[in-house]
Amino acid sequence: MSSVAQPVARPLRRRRDGALSLGVTTGYLSVIVLIPMAALLLRSLEGGAGAFWDAVTDPQAVAALKLTFVISLGVVLINAVAGTVIAWVLVRDSFRGKSLVNALIDLPFALPTIVAGLTLLALYGPKSPVGVNVAYTTAAIVLALLFVTLPFVVRTVQPVLLELDRDMEEAAQSLGATSFQTFRRIVFPNLFPAILSGTALGFARSLGEFGSVVLISGNQPFKTEVASVYIFGQIESDNITGAAAVSVVLLLASLAVLLSIGGLRRWATRHDN
Amino acid sequence: MLRLVALGYLAALLIVPVGLVVYRAFEDGIGAFIESITTPEALHALWLTIVIALIAVPMNTVFGIFCALAIVRRKFPGHGLVNSVVDLPLALSPVVVGLALVLVYGRQGWWGGWLIDNGFQVIFALPGMVLATIFVSLPFVVREVVPVLREIGDEQEEASATLGASPWQTFWRVTLPAIRWGVLYGVVLTTARALGEFGAVSVVSGRIAGRTETMTLHVEERYQAFEIQDAYAASVVLAVLAVATLLVMTLLRREET
Repeated sequence: MSSVAQPVARPLRRRRDGALSLGVTTGYLSVIVLIPMAALLLRSLEGGAGAFWDAVTDPQAVAALKLTFVISLGVVLINAVAGTVIAWVLVRDSFRGKSLVNALIDLPFALPTIVAGLTLLALYGPKSPVGVNVAYTTAAIVLALLFVTLPFVVRTVQPVLLELDRDMEEAAQSLGATSFQTFRRIVFPNLFPAILSGTALGFARSLGEFGSVVLISGNQPFKTEVASVYIFGQIESDNITGAAAVSVVLLLASLAVLLSIGGLRRWATRHDN
Repeated sequence: MLRLVALGYLAALLIVPVGLVVYRAFEDGIGAFIESITTPEALHALWLTIVIALIAVPMNTVFGIFCALAIVRRKFPGHGLVNSVVDLPLALSPVVVGLALVLVYGRQGWWGGWLIDNGFQVIFALPGMVLATIFVSLPFVVREVVPVLREIGDEQEEASATLGASPWQTFWRVTLPAIRWGVLYGVVLTTARALGEFGAVSVVSGRIAGRTETMTLHVEERYQAFEIQDAYAASVVLAVLAVATLLVMTLLRREET
């Protein structure tokens, strides 16, 4: 991620302090993360593969998963464009209050998700002062997810844009390229890995989002119920097998996204060198 | 033109909605606002939120430093796995986190029955809420410290070891001062996440008002009870904490450079 020169890898020697950091790390990760994840996986398979499959292919579960994946995909596509535009304006433009706007980008990270949902509901809900009411529709879910994933693309693209050498763009322009051509041929290829990795992070976040969606989406089965809200409902009505099975689907999706981001990073740094 | 698009988008999505909630919270005057946030339930929720953060943040800070050291300085089997597992809480749905904890510590869970029989309740009680909060806020210190450790390299640590310092002395005198900014950022981010967690805590807490209700759960409960004014007021308290986090981050960055 950082563009600072990486120290040349040198052979690692055995040191005694290593045992402590390694022990603490594996012990803590096991208790907090791995054991609960193992419990989840085993519980979802408790009734055998057939029961797992039945739980995942329950029509209501399928509808929730489908809605979640489709909306998340749409949201990250909007994010890829909006995030790049915002990053561009924050780096290349100058106007009064820019540093304030720049600081505000992180607000969705810091603001509790339930507050985010309530906030959107205040402006775009039944009592909207501007007369826009999208509450309890899929548009409301899109809005909530756009809110919570706003920083991802901006914050991955911004540093790359800052470091981008402007000589190349100037060269292209002096050779007669239009500004659109310059963007498409010079700037965009440089930003692409960052846009992709920010988009992937946003996608993973969207798949699992709960707090910001739960108030504004109305949670109607088959219509506006996303996967995490479905899981929550199944826990409440004591259908733990169903909840665990759909949870495992989300878990696998998160892992897949994380692994592809890891691969993406290796690919991007290889291109740096 | 681009500037207008970008600022318009931010205004519609972020600035106006948040501004409106602040306005609504104070619409009936400051007295009504104070009344809303000083009910016994609201005060207890705030207190509980702070207690949970006070346990979870130091634990994740100590773990985060150890874990970053293990990732950067050591080579061990399963290195890649540890690296991915640390990121998992960033990508995993908080509801799934809550469910996984229930399956281990709930009455029907792996150890829950035994723990309850021995008088130690985790789920629907403080320990479960702390565990959930630790889980979701686990990656931040690690992720802030790892790049700093990579950047500083290990020459100074080796020099200190060669000069006869114990690993412990080397850590306190050489490594920790060098990574302190990374640790601080990590702590700020962890705190923000801990104060604002909703989904995971919602599943494990049982949401008993005045008992296991944190500030975020209180917001939802008030909203569902049609006490919108109370929900707005509690939201403003949380929003102020969020803005304070951003402010601290900005100041730290300025201090560092």
